[in-house]
Amino acid sequence: MFDIVISGGSVLTRTGIEQIDVGIADGFIAALGSGLEGSEMIDASGAWVGPGLVDLHTHLREPGEEWKEDIATGTAAAAAGGYTAVVAMPNTVPAIDNAQIAFYVSERARRIGYADVFPAGAITMGRLGEHMAHIDELWDAGVRIFTDDGTSLDNAAVLRLAMDYIANLGGVVAQHAVDSTLSAHGCMHEGTVSSRLGMYGIPSEAEEIVIARDLALVRLTGVRYHVQHVSTARGVELVAAAKADGLPVTCEVTPHHLTFDHNDVETTDPDFKMMPPLRSETDREALREGVRDGVIDIVATDHAPHAAREKEVPFEHAPNGVTGLEWAASVAVETIGDDMARFFEALSMTPASIGQIPAHGLALAADQPAHLVVFDPVAEWTPETTRSRSRNAPYLGTQRTGSVRATLLSGKITYEAGS
Amino acid sequence: MNHLLTTEGLERETLENLLTDADEFAEVLTRPIPKVPALRGKTVATMFFEPSTRTRMSFEKAAKALSADTMSFSPGTSSLSKGESLKDTALTVHAMGVDLMVVRHGATGTPWRLAEWLDIPIVNGGDGAHQHPTQALLDCLTIKQRFGSLDGLEIAIVGDIKHSRVARSDMFAMATLGANVTLVAPPTLLPVDTTRWPAATSTDLDAVMEKMDVVYLLRVQTERGGGSVFPSLPEYTNRYGMTSARFARLKPDAVVMHPGPMNRGVEIGHDVADYERALVLQQVTNGVAARMAVLFALLGGDSDV
Repeated sequence: MFDIVISGGSVLTRTGIEQIDVGIADGFIAALGSGLEGSEMIDASGAWVGPGLVDLHTHLREPGEEWKEDIATGTAAAAAGGYTAVVAMPNTVPAIDNAQIAFYVSERARRIGYADVFPAGAITMGRLGEHMAHIDELWDAGVRIFTDDGTSLDNAAVLRLAMDYIANLGGVVAQHAVDSTLSAHGCMHEGTVSSRLGMYGIPSEAEEIVIARDLALVRLTGVRYHVQHVSTARGVELVAAAKADGLPVTCEVTPHHLTFDHNDVETTDPDFKMMPPLRSETDREALREGVRDGVIDIVATDHAPHAAREKEVPFEHAPNGVTGLEWAASVAVETIGDDMARFFEALSMTPASIGQIPAHGLALAADQPAHLVVFDPVAEWTPETTRSRSRNAPYLGTQRTGSVRATLLSGKITYEAGS
Repeated sequence: MNHLLTTEGLERETLENLLTDADEFAEVLTRPIPKVPALRGKTVATMFFEPSTRTRMSFEKAAKALSADTMSFSPGTSSLSKGESLKDTALTVHAMGVDLMVVRHGATGTPWRLAEWLDIPIVNGGDGAHQHPTQALLDCLTIKQRFGSLDGLEIAIVGDIKHSRVARSDMFAMATLGANVTLVAPPTLLPVDTTRWPAATSTDLDAVMEKMDVVYLLRVQTERGGGSVFPSLPEYTNRYGMTSARFARLKPDAVVMHPGPMNRGVEIGHDVADYERALVLQQVTNGVAARMAVLFALLGGDSDV
């Protein structure tokens, strides 16, 4: 008799997808087999059972901006979205540029118990783009991804030295690739819609220029490099070409760049404001294609909560960002379709591998920690509520396909639909 | 019509009805007692989040000429500086008993936000570089009074198109009323993508101006945008300014317009602004009449507009 048995689902195991039961005991996967009995049964018929999802790009806002989100509400939203691990972005107040804050964030998440949190570290002190952050100290605290996310690290000399240093450790440099001079004043994609609305645009080239420059530095330093929230067709092409050249490069796309485009900004609804901005229809299609064919390695949420009062302002004055943890899996399945292996690769296994996150993102096998998700890929639902502290998401009230039935962290149910 | 937010997509009939009413109100304004009781008991609030004196005065004069009461809000003296959100500010003023709000804001889309939050008519008094529909009405009224109709007229709008709400509003309204609009600007002051606009574009004023019936000059907005968008003011004037020498080459009955405030000696020659064929002050006068037509259409109740 197991503590919990997940029965009747399609299970992603090391040897492929199998119709079997998963028996869980003492927080670990104890058995994969048929007809298993547990004191608690989770019905997975018609659903996918795989490793808990891993988000490489979450803003938990703690410490410093707890009115938007905190580690408890953010990880509760993560659990509801099928995630068992998230990488917390370092643009907190103060920034995660030293080991004490990194340790605080991961330890607080451990005590709350909804999801494991792996903080990313800032590349520069205070994310100011000048002096190297406490990279060694952060590395020893378990940090593997370094980024000044929220701003692009524009100074090529500073970036080059950080790349040299992080390459030697074996870490990843992740870049928020938006040139700050070309995006100055800008609040949306530069194109037909920005022209009509009279709003300052951010040309696609703001992304291309940073990626192209960084790739030259990757060639120089050999560092593992990850493009955050790629938003343009040319950005995807640059990454594809770098991969073809054998450079250690990966990239992510957000759910909102897969669902929406700059035409949605016509409404001037601030929930459509984010950085990088929603691009053209052509870009959106290239991103969707990139996720399907794998040039875009992963889907990462860029979950960026903001309080209602901060978004109840004109578009141009609103902060950038939308929440995403609870519907990212739906958007992924809407994009990828019924390719279960690609789904788990893009949302769990590859993110865990890029982020060097231990014990997550593994195809199921006995004796590994039971970090699992049960996901129904065809269920239709309409998100109306959220476990996040903030509601800045144009997905609320829209019908989606694919919903989470249950999430388990170390064999403990952190989310179960309908409960 | 529940609000007046933009000229884009406005029906020709709606525009023409507003212009007809505006023309009648223009006559009212010439009477010894330039006032009618149409909106007695109604309250119009002008919510100007961006400093503006002349547009606010024009709206207030229009409301008073219709016997409405007016209230005004300005950010310098308000709770916005105390951190209140735009939504709370709007709800607070609305709760005092306001029948219509005129909104001017430096950010695109603000009047739409207020229209979403409040259940009263909203008039866009200018949002960012997006729209300024009452300016378009007063400009079209001025042209119509001069030429009888906009149908088939050649109109050039010259200057900082990219950052101009006047250009966007006027272009859509003028095109809907049958004019052929050409937007003329240095390449850095044309919007990046105008492919779906009902207008031609040009970077060469001299090449297009001789066929124009109306040359509409925009203010060189030194306060907007930052950076270096053209080499210098004298170079701008050399290529795009309506100097008296250029004026002499216009068609004999062509007119020059400007939304004000003018930079004499930059986009308009020092003396050109005072010529009989410069309609700048008629535009200002018509501004009151056009705004009366809008307030009446939205609050009059018995209007067929």
